[in-house]
Amino acid sequence: MKTFRIGGVHPEENKLSARRKIQVVPLPKQAIIPLSQHLGAPAVPVVEKGAEVKVGQLIAQAGGFVSANVHSPVSGKVAKIDTAIDAWGMKMPAIFIDVEGDEWLPEIDRSEKLLTSCTYTPEEIVKKIADAGIVGLGGACFPTQVKLTPPPGKVAEVLIVNAVECEPYLTCDHQLMLEHAEEIVIGVTILMKALKIQRAIIGIESNKPDAIELMQKTVSRQMGIEVQPLKLKYPQGGEKQLIDACIGRQVPSGALPIEVGAVVQNVATVYAVYQAVQKNRPLIDRVITVTGKSVNKPGNFLVRFGTPLNDVIAMAGGIPENTGKIIAGGPMMGRAMSNTDMPANKRISGVLIMQESESTRPEPQNCIRCAKCVSVCPMGLEPYLLARLAGKSMWDEMEKHNVMDCIECGCCLFTCPSNRPLLDYIRMGKNKVGGIIRARNMKK
Amino acid sequence: MNLIVVSLITLGVIGCLAAVILFFVAQKFKVYEDPRIDEVAAVLPGANCGGCGFPGCRGFAEGCVKAETMDGLLCPVGGAPTMEKVASILGRTVTATDPMVAVVRCNGTCANRPRNNRYDGAPSCQIVANLYGGETGCSFGCLGYGDCVAACQFGAIKINPDTLLPEVDDEKCTACGACVKACPKNVIELRKKGPKSRRIFVSCVNKDKGAMARKACTAACIGCGKCAKECPFGAITVENNLAYIDFTKCRLCRKCVAVCPTGAIHELNFPPRAPQAPKPEAPKTEPVKAEAPKPEMAQAEVKTEVNTTPEKTNNQQA
Repeated sequence: MKTFRIGGVHPEENKLSARRKIQVVPLPKQAIIPLSQHLGAPAVPVVEKGAEVKVGQLIAQAGGFVSANVHSPVSGKVAKIDTAIDAWGMKMPAIFIDVEGDEWLPEIDRSEKLLTSCTYTPEEIVKKIADAGIVGLGGACFPTQVKLTPPPGKVAEVLIVNAVECEPYLTCDHQLMLEHAEEIVIGVTILMKALKIQRAIIGIESNKPDAIELMQKTVSRQMGIEVQPLKLKYPQGGEKQLIDACIGRQVPSGALPIEVGAVVQNVATVYAVYQAVQKNRPLIDRVITVTGKSVNKPGNFLVRFGTPLNDVIAMAGGIPENTGKIIAGGPMMGRAMSNTDMPANKRISGVLIMQESESTRPEPQNCIRCAKCVSVCPMGLEPYLLARLAGKSMWDEMEKHNVMDCIECGCCLFTCPSNRPLLDYIRMGKNKVGGIIRARNMKK
Repeated sequence: MNLIVVSLITLGVIGCLAAVILFFVAQKFKVYEDPRIDEVAAVLPGANCGGCGFPGCRGFAEGCVKAETMDGLLCPVGGAPTMEKVASILGRTVTATDPMVAVVRCNGTCANRPRNNRYDGAPSCQIVANLYGGETGCSFGCLGYGDCVAACQFGAIKINPDTLLPEVDDEKCTACGACVKACPKNVIELRKKGPKSRRIFVSCVNKDKGAMARKACTAACIGCGKCAKECPFGAITVENNLAYIDFTKCRLCRKCVAVCPTGAIHELNFPPRAPQAPKPEAPKTEPVKAEAPKPEMAQAEVKTEVNTTPEKTNNQQA
């Protein structure tokens, strides 16, 4: 079985919520919709206080080329446009909507009927995706339409669908495939049409044999799509790792996947594309996994954006008593939250509730120069060195050692026998160096 | 025997030749260095802290010699006495500058600002600031992981274990600004040390709206603007729900301290207030009378004079 060639680790899978049916979370009383749910410029509100909105109505427009539209996930009245506190105690601009009923825009097709044929031109498809505010739902939230418009001179050859879900605990993509395989395959054909390519690969890790089988069955009739089972290894879901695993090409340092002719889309994004293009349904909800060893009913939940995560956690049986940490996302790349009133949004793919006993880090010891971090780094970096340089504020040196290639997967920290907080330092240094590079480019 | 003589002569000739060549090369590539640079460098403290803005003490010495006047040049470590020595070497006069000191503008003690989560990562303010809003409801204030303590070369900052906030030792602080640069939240500011180290400042950097700020910390500035209205010298501005006292305009009358509803404005090293009796007109002159710096009440022209006075007193104390 195929996999990527450098580094990687094998964390415990703990897929506690696997094969649990997607449940729908009830609507909240008030929905708080952040204006920045994507990478790039925040969206600009187009509704005012007191305005009546329906489900699916555009409430904030993309604020630039790399930005995304935001639609109302609920119907009701705009209470205010103000700052809300995000999961990490920082301020974020948001639209507050008092929910009244559940009235949808008439053009949205809410039926379960499968629409297989897509008659739109590639340009129309890209426009529909941009209008629907679709972003990469794998975690980075990069606006999808930007990925579908390759820069001049670059040609896409293959679409890779990321159905790897290498993060331990998370199962939302797996369940989505089990329940909506046909829609996903149609989504893939739509994206292939938009990119004007004939080949697509759906990469799935081997710990989801049922999903592999189902997808293989569904695509057998289609031309050009293949399902690629992948050997279990974290971080296979990383864009560059997945390209290496599926087509054996390595993306050069600092370059985008299009450089090697690949476009990667997450499987949940593909499903959203189907909904947007075939059903006129903008991105207003997503599947979130709520899980944890002591959680009563771990499961997968379809949640409208703007619903406080507390409501979703309540659906899974509430926060258990011995909880030490609540993480937005998976255990490897997710970030611990300090505020669980954070509304669900495009960025959050899961809520992981850790027990007190699993949630404290052991005391860091001295580096013993074992170089385990170097051997597991999937980007071929030297984490021990980068962490040291960051501690000494040597930003130029860090840049020379390619800190910007770090994907923050956490393999180094996971494997370190001395429990050194390597990623903490590297992430800080990466932010600093990124700022320095941006400032330098601005000057030019 | 012959061999020894020949080798001696050969070596001697080579030596002479080399000496001649070296002499001319040295003449040709001579780099003139102002001898005053060495003299100036000798009187500097040699801390190489970079607080003057030059790369190390020698860099500062070169800068001083090159500069036309002494304006804007200050060794924060040595202060005025060192600058006078430098000026006398260079045959210039030194303009007096206010001695400065680092001020921590946060009073989010454990009691004022309850913690609502626990941070478990690498103990560094920079990392915490990158990651999230911090362990309390206030995302502006001091994080308490001591980047400023690590940055200080003079041991002037310590974290108080009771409040978990850094405290600056006035005597040791040289106002080099290293802590100001190290603080990712911009909590620390260099402010005028003030006569007898007396100074007034807003001990908060929270820009949230009043209710939100107050909810996070009972000692937060809520931007009510009472102090700005009260200030007779127009030294206080309120911007983004946060008051700021301009130390160049402040005359230390302490009126703002009394009106602040949350106690966010701090006064340092003042004698205890007289009982409420002389309230109507007196407080303006009263504290001033007790100390020397009466001329502070006068025009700005007299200011230079005033500013040299506390320096001298400080030196005597030291």
